[in-house]
Amino acid sequence: MARINSVAELEELRKGILSKIEPDKPCIAICAGIACLGLGNDRVISAFEEEIRKQSLETKVDIRATGCHGFCEKGPIVVIYPEEICYLEVTPEDVPEIITQTVVGKKVIDRLIYTDPNTGAKAVHQFEIPFYKNQSRLLIGNNPKINPKSIEDYLAIGGYSALAKALFAMNPEQVLEEIKKANLRGRGGGGFPAGSKWETTRNAPGEEKYVIVNAHEGEPGAFMDRALFTGNPHLVLEGLIIGAYTIGSHQGFIYTRHDTPQLRENIDIALSEAKEYGLLGKNILGSGFNFNVEVHLDVGIFVSGESSALMRSIEGKAPEPRPKYIRTSVSGIWNKPSNLNNVETWANVPQIINNGSKWYSSIGTERSKGTKLISLSGNICNTGVVEVPMGTSLKEIIYNFGGGIPNGKKLKAVHFGGPMGGSIPESLIDSPLDFDVLSKLGTSLGAGDMLVLDEDNCMVEVARYFLDFLSGESCGKCVPCREGIRQMLKILTDITDGKGKEGDIELLEEIAGVVGEAALCSLGRSVPKPLLSMLKYFRDEYEAHIKDKRCPALFCKELKKGEL
Amino acid sequence: MSEIILQIDGREVAAESGMTVLEAAQGAGISIPTLCHHEILEPYGACRLCTVEAEVRGRTKLVASCLYPVEKDLIVRTRSEKVDKIRKMILELLLAHAPEARELQGLAQEYGADKNRFEKEPSFCIHCGLCVRYCAEVKKKHAIEFVDKGTKREISFIPEIASKECWNCKECFPLCPTEALQAAFVLTKELAFFSLSSEPVPAE
Repeated sequence: MARINSVAELEELRKGILSKIEPDKPCIAICAGIACLGLGNDRVISAFEEEIRKQSLETKVDIRATGCHGFCEKGPIVVIYPEEICYLEVTPEDVPEIITQTVVGKKVIDRLIYTDPNTGAKAVHQFEIPFYKNQSRLLIGNNPKINPKSIEDYLAIGGYSALAKALFAMNPEQVLEEIKKANLRGRGGGGFPAGSKWETTRNAPGEEKYVIVNAHEGEPGAFMDRALFTGNPHLVLEGLIIGAYTIGSHQGFIYTRHDTPQLRENIDIALSEAKEYGLLGKNILGSGFNFNVEVHLDVGIFVSGESSALMRSIEGKAPEPRPKYIRTSVSGIWNKPSNLNNVETWANVPQIINNGSKWYSSIGTERSKGTKLISLSGNICNTGVVEVPMGTSLKEIIYNFGGGIPNGKKLKAVHFGGPMGGSIPESLIDSPLDFDVLSKLGTSLGAGDMLVLDEDNCMVEVARYFLDFLSGESCGKCVPCREGIRQMLKILTDITDGKGKEGDIELLEEIAGVVGEAALCSLGRSVPKPLLSMLKYFRDEYEAHIKDKRCPALFCKELKKGEL
Repeated sequence: MSEIILQIDGREVAAESGMTVLEAAQGAGISIPTLCHHEILEPYGACRLCTVEAEVRGRTKLVASCLYPVEKDLIVRTRSEKVDKIRKMILELLLAHAPEARELQGLAQEYGADKNRFEKEPSFCIHCGLCVRYCAEVKKKHAIEFVDKGTKREISFIPEIASKECWNCKECFPLCPTEALQAAFVLTKELAFFSLSSEPVPAE
């Protein structure tokens, strides 16, 4: 493929790709996301390939291994185009029947479509399934339509048109203005306005500047960035290139985990294809703008997702955070201005440029704009990735998309933000998905990992679990974090073992206070958050463990399941 | 270097740009306790004992004075109820590991820290990193490093390097506030040196 040297050539190429697409030709889109992979989708894909060979349909039917469709609970998911018939929990044994009945015979196989467990209602198409219905899948909705390993699929859905617009129809100041007006807030957890961050890096002294995609995503229960980046790597890349152009950076980094080979493979392919097509490297699209991207892998520690630690890691040093008395936007990698945003933040950029800030800011609440990807997990019927407008109530997410709580159990709490987030009780689930509202309640939207907890969860145990996780994942450099975790974990373990003492809660609060104020980095300062939110809303459970030697959720074994 | 006037504990203090609050305070004879700080080493910010209150444009935050750069009109309070509470807790957390370390005991008395507040777990090392950083920054040998992470983090001599470099150096020994370092060295020597070193053991 020859490189593209102008917008006209890009549009020409796009036309060529679209003209090759036969709208009536059957295409089998098989979800190749991480969850479906775990559920054996590779065997399903092989079975389709084999069956197509067997029936000599190679030229008549296309197969597409796609990014995550989101409905992880029911994988492997298969969508048959052009009718968009959606089959769930497909096994290799179902494959011959799907080819014969549906692909060739155009008949729907009843047992493979979605059946509502409560009403018995059936849904043939993806958009009719309650999980998908009424979602606003602006970012992740294209996943079923593209093969993440093919830049042509991305170009076919309009990919890189925002980059062309930014480079040729706008100057960097105008792009920055658009991002600021859109009020795009960082999706990594902090919720800091992306535009202000870009501006700080842009205005910081120094010629050399860096832009970084934080694709580390290390906390338990967070999987939306992986789903989006693995499924649609060019979307993130396009956002990054636009950001680099705006900030005046010519070198970007993608920082991700060493243990996600599928993501790494798709990123590598996307980078090399983008380079080949002239969308990356020297003189992008003939604009005169140069930009390169390098991929860096972590060394297997959670704290390396913290921005200053991540930057140390890119320098080749141990990923230990440093205090950000000087912001990384001003002094980051090799002390050069460095703008870090997470996967989802960058992915929002192309649509803001294409559709404008006015359109973007019409979605969401007053201060939280756009849609948000949520990793829905825990005691919920439909585990998966959901995308909804900011402002959607937690209740809607749990019941409309998540399908409610399984096994007739009662909802107890919603926990956002993993081991550094907070829990809110069932009584507050009318709250909207909004950075500021959730933060005021003592939790934080975090990166969007939403853990649903039913009545069988012990809130002392949940806090203990998170601290146990952090005891191995903090870097261990500063005293409040390392020693605070050690002591808080000891006390919580004692309480769940039935050895809680009078004064334990007060001591926990005292340690938590010191850790929250004196730790070196944002990880350390957030360590007490889950515990403090639980002491705020579920204090009686802690007291029952200590005073009555009773676990109200009947979870803690040493407390004899509440018999005492 | 331009001169910056800031206020520390109600006193006007002159400092040069690029200095830290700790340096400015020390220059003015105001003492701030430290455990991981050493003037010949890069600032590290790990023990957090030097935490002070810094007020900038009416907003107060807690910062590590060994890292925080001086700035114009900065107001610093080196002692306050909050600061003292943090220092007391830090000392108590560390005393669980090294209850008899002289440096900790002196500070414990000043801040009313109870060495028995937390259950003893005598690992003796307080992770100040003076030995690790001295070997890396001054000697450039990296014979001793931090290994593992989180609550399992500890110092460890790297036998392959230490068996060659440490015999005639041991300059890190007097830096250690708890003597955990010497113990780590002896242990490494006994367990690993003889199989690695071709040199005869010098008489001590």
